[in-house]
Amino acid sequence: MKRKLTMIQAITEAMDQKLADDSRMMLLGEDIGVNGGVFRATEDLIHKYGPERVVDTPLAEAGIIGAAIGLAMNGKIPVVEIQFLAFIYPGFEQIVSHAARMRYRTRGQYHVPMVIRTPYGAGIRGPELHSESVETFFAHVPGLKVVAPSTPFDAKGLLIAAMEDPDPVIFLEPTKLYRAFKQEVPEEMYRVPIGKAKVVQEGSDVSIFAWGAMLRVAEDAAKQIERENGLSCEVIDLRTLYPLDRDTIIASVKKTGRAVVVHEAHKTAGLGAEIISIINDEALIYMKAPVKRITGYDVPVPQFSIEDDYLPTAERVKDGIMETATF
Amino acid sequence: MTSRIILSKDTAVFFSEKERDVSMSSLYQVLSPAGELVGDLKGQLDEATMIKMYENMVLVRQFDRKSINLQRQGRMGTYAPFEGQEASQVGSAMAMTPGDWLFPTYRDHAAAIVHGQSMARVFLYWMGHMEGSISPKHLHIMPPCVPIATQMVHAVGTAWASKLQNEKHVSIAYFGDGASSEGDFHEALNFAGVFQTPTIFFCQNNGFAISVPFSQQSASKTIAQRSAAYDIPGVRIDGNDIFAVWLTMKEAMQRALDGKGPTLIEAVTFRYGAHTTADDPKKYRDQESLSEEWRQERDPLQRLRVYLENQGLWNETKEVELIARVNEQIDAALVEAESYPKSKPEDMFKHVYAEPSWMATEQESELVKPSKQEGIPA
Ligand SMILES: Cc1ncc(C[n+]2csc(CCOP(=O)(O)OP(=O)(O)O)c2C)c(N)n1
Ligand SMILES: [Mg+2]
Repeated sequence: MKRKLTMIQAITEAMDQKLADDSRMMLLGEDIGVNGGVFRATEDLIHKYGPERVVDTPLAEAGIIGAAIGLAMNGKIPVVEIQFLAFIYPGFEQIVSHAARMRYRTRGQYHVPMVIRTPYGAGIRGPELHSESVETFFAHVPGLKVVAPSTPFDAKGLLIAAMEDPDPVIFLEPTKLYRAFKQEVPEEMYRVPIGKAKVVQEGSDVSIFAWGAMLRVAEDAAKQIERENGLSCEVIDLRTLYPLDRDTIIASVKKTGRAVVVHEAHKTAGLGAEIISIINDEALIYMKAPVKRITGYDVPVPQFSIEDDYLPTAERVKDGIMETATF
Repeated sequence: MTSRIILSKDTAVFFSEKERDVSMSSLYQVLSPAGELVGDLKGQLDEATMIKMYENMVLVRQFDRKSINLQRQGRMGTYAPFEGQEASQVGSAMAMTPGDWLFPTYRDHAAAIVHGQSMARVFLYWMGHMEGSISPKHLHIMPPCVPIATQMVHAVGTAWASKLQNEKHVSIAYFGDGASSEGDFHEALNFAGVFQTPTIFFCQNNGFAISVPFSQQSASKTIAQRSAAYDIPGVRIDGNDIFAVWLTMKEAMQRALDGKGPTLIEAVTFRYGAHTTADDPKKYRDQESLSEEWRQERDPLQRLRVYLENQGLWNETKEVELIARVNEQIDAALVEAESYPKSKPEDMFKHVYAEPSWMATEQESELVKPSKQEGIPA
């Protein structure tokens, strides 16, 4: 049966169903129990599964993530909630030096099946450090998978896939989209495979690559430019940021010969550069114009009164599309 | 689910100085909730200071309430209120002197204001303005620290430099009970102990880290007892008793300036309201009765008012005058904040480095191209 759910509801449902389905599952995080999480992603789950499986932890990200690594190595499947992406930093060492490397160092003897979920991204009028988009940090680390859904359907399917993945997955939830819209979501469990992008809209003139909250901006720009300039855009939601879906990227640009990458992360060393590099390696001779990046700037995400000026807008994406189209 | 904290009339317990009494009831108190003097003023607190304490607490309480209203009216962003914690913040800030280093969290703007931050500036911060966390020139008020406990280590560094440079100044790190769980808490206290820095670690234990009561935050009964592990003095005080707060701060400052190193102060208090305007405390605690209980039985303002009235230093006329005066100041600060030039898009490119990177410079020129300005939503 299908009902319409918001992204946050879809995420809650994914965890609820996995908790019911697999007794090894545990949720850990700050304020996720009695309070149901600051965004209510774990609403009521403590009442359903008890405080031993839905755990309000002390305020300590290294403790949460480090303990989750131990739990994962010894038979549990922990799903960690970090309150906002920027608050993951105290636990960064645990992620990079341990979660990502345990399989490698023990030559496959131990592995770390865990998911770290966290809201990310700007546009919610958040205080400082509530709006970062630093997916690059994680995509850069061998041993981690990085996922960022943009719809309720994908959020549920990708989160279930992440919870069933044998390796650590950083699961980035675009805060701005938590309650932005509803979508039909199947009631039963299903998986959206990690590592597979999705062609959201087919087109022939320009490929637009985006993820998370930027997908909506990309779609918006594509619609406007089609109306205003008659250009046909192919919009691709990457969904997984590591490993990138090279085949889908390449198939699209071979068809269009032009591409724009949109991300709200800072430009320098953002994933846009990696996508351009893949295109360069695999499809350079098909390209009719240099690939354009429309991104957040190389500045800290500013205070919220001007955060909209930091974020890529449909207007900026349209300019990028026109630049590649008129090259 | 409540974490009841019992206040008593006992005197200070310095855990590292032989006594290792960590019982919940050992709280240093000078002014009882009923407004009676139950401890020694040590000849240090004069009447003018007491009156100023009261006036400051009334000012910041009115400021706090005004801010919540502004948030509700959409004139400010998410706001972290501190009502209930005035004695801790005002008392500690009043003990400090200009030139000391203050490291507030997002909840410590009362301390910042009392130490000399302008209220307009604090409004700007919560309005999401780029210039909301600039310190007055002659003071060292650091930007409100959002990532929990991380500022504690900075207060070790600034104090260390003060010591190395023979400056007679202390650094004070404000933090909450939840912060005591972070690794940086440990590293800060340990460093301060090793290098004997003039740092004061001022914890407002308001019983909750968002929804998590202290009883679930730690198996330790108190935060002050942690000091024993680092062999630095730790003291647990009634954080709603401004006399106790001020006297303890003065003593810790004296020790620091005498070269005797850091002190950990645990001020036991309570936030009456929500964690922030985005939080609903009814989800995790018996909000109405807990809040009412603290207001009725342990309010920091009420007890000082009773004391001052009994001393003939305060009356209803003065109260009415004071409220009118502080409201005027707050309104003036709001006018100043709301008429302050708005942050402009290009402001985000300033002050990233001393010399801007070529990337940012290039990006800025794209941003301010006149043709693109039109597309930027207001
Ligand atoms: C490193 C980090 N983790 C999580 C958060 C989210 N957060 C903001 S305030 C808070 C609770 C802090 O509690 P406490 O230290 O007791 O201070 P209080 O808010 O009670 O003043 C949490 C978990 C954060 N800001 N930084
Ligand atoms: Mg607290």
